[in-house]
Amino acid sequence: MRGFAHCYGDDINTDYIIAGKYRSICLDMKEMAVHVMEDLDPEFIKKVKPGDIIVAGKNFGCGSSREYAPKVIMEAGISLIIAPSFGRIFYRNSINSGLPLIECNTEGFHSGDELVVDLLEGNLQNLTQKTRVQFKKIPSFMMTIIQAGGMIGYIQKYGSIDVERIC
Amino acid sequence: MGQTIVEKILSVKSGRTCSAGELVVSDLDLMMGHDFNAAMTIQVFEELGARKVAYPEKTFFVFDHAVPAPNENYARIQQKVERFIKVQGVGFYPPGEGICHQLFPEKGHVKPGDVVIGTDSHTCTYGALNAFTTGIGSTDLAVALMSGKLWFKVPETIRVNFIGKLPKGVYSKDLILYAAKKLTVDGALYKCIEFGGPVIAALSLEERMTLTNMSVELGAKAGIMEADEKTITWLKERIDGDITPVFPDADAVYEAVYNFDVSELLPQIACPHAVDNVCDISDAAGTPVHSAFIGSCSNGRIADLRAAAKILEGKRVPKHIRLYIIPASREICLNAIEEGLVSIFLNAGAILEPPCCGPCGGICGGIPADDENMISTATRNFKGRAGNSKSNVYLASPAVVAASALTGVITDPMEGRNTR
Repeated sequence: MRGFAHCYGDDINTDYIIAGKYRSICLDMKEMAVHVMEDLDPEFIKKVKPGDIIVAGKNFGCGSSREYAPKVIMEAGISLIIAPSFGRIFYRNSINSGLPLIECNTEGFHSGDELVVDLLEGNLQNLTQKTRVQFKKIPSFMMTIIQAGGMIGYIQKYGSIDVERIC
Repeated sequence: MGQTIVEKILSVKSGRTCSAGELVVSDLDLMMGHDFNAAMTIQVFEELGARKVAYPEKTFFVFDHAVPAPNENYARIQQKVERFIKVQGVGFYPPGEGICHQLFPEKGHVKPGDVVIGTDSHTCTYGALNAFTTGIGSTDLAVALMSGKLWFKVPETIRVNFIGKLPKGVYSKDLILYAAKKLTVDGALYKCIEFGGPVIAALSLEERMTLTNMSVELGAKAGIMEADEKTITWLKERIDGDITPVFPDADAVYEAVYNFDVSELLPQIACPHAVDNVCDISDAAGTPVHSAFIGSCSNGRIADLRAAAKILEGKRVPKHIRLYIIPASREICLNAIEEGLVSIFLNAGAILEPPCCGPCGGICGGIPADDENMISTATRNFKGRAGNSKSNVYLASPAVVAASALTGVITDPMEGRNTR
């Protein structure tokens, strides 16, 4: 995966990602995407190019259970989020939506940095800063869901959440 | 090796002894979807190719965030969800019955040892009944509706004991805001908080729920408590059959143990725009407020309304302050009417709304204008949470909110108390 970084701080909550007041249009991701991150960075939707990467501080996506938070980020073109930690419901919702998340230290990254990520090998290269980071690989069960394009693809492929596969 | 409450519950429900860090597939005792998240669940359920909800008797849908429907989009969402409810024969609490997190305990749907999921982050509320209950998203609910099961990572547990004696005029809301200040908004991330100690034992079940309800504001997957005599008595009024409490082992392994002596705790205020941006009321007193909200799944219960009524009785909110009061369920509203609380509220100039999430959902029921401050008993004070990102939300107990509505500034109802 290769993309440009968009950097944000700690504790970016789900209301920053997509404000609750837009819930009435939650089944229309295109319409919702117009408002993604608008209270944090009004230019976000204009800046993002397909494949770009959000790089954030700790606890990204804390707050609400709204699954349209990761879905609207994906709709905007983001392919991956990197942060030291994530809100736990946001984490599950992202994996279920097929959006990979990487947990690692994000100090020293700047917006506009070009990043190359190998999810399977667990390494991240910052081509602009000329740095390289090894990260804890996404657990294999979750990686299988991501590779299936999310939980819908996973269930369509495997039929159910296989106890043997995850335990 | 000893187990925590959550390790014990997930061991029973997954059919194998497990401990923190392991992945398990657990049976589910109750599955809940609400409003828009239910609409998305149904969309995913259909995309999954599923036809039939596996356990309709364990499945409930609730409308509580946008009640009554404030525009045609919400009306259409409710219509879509209601069609599914009829076809699938699942449980349903229609608009006006109340907030899901009040209804499930109140109607006797949760008991000790249960595993409960819901498409709302505050599903952790029912942990006060000694159950493992947690928020999930729409896709997880869709998968659970198909199979009656869901995967979990068994969380580590943090034990938080409140010791000493809670001072007069200080409430469970102040305890959880204080815990948020101490642990911060990600202090319990991915983990379960087990609350205990003599201060918890002295609280009513309704008051305890404010603590488990806001566990997620500290990042927690769940908040949980032991079941004591009060829990059993409370449950026996609502459910038939055996109640088997789940206790932690004496040698249970905790990631951390906090003992907070709260004997001198003052009312706490969470200032904008984070739940852990907490100070003593003495440091926030005098801040102007333009609106005040008493309600939500955190503090819309009868004890909360009584505390507010005590302060509002015989008084009148100034015309330039809006006070919204929303009982968390129809039953609470009826009790408030019987006890004469509703008359007190209406005579005080409050706006009484039907049981729903109100301004905590940020969709209807009292959205603040630009640059306005709202003092609120809601669950969180994120920027934009109350429906306008140019407004500010301060969180406090119902007593502080009521007192502040009367004066138009953040006010300690026990002004003159011995402050440190």
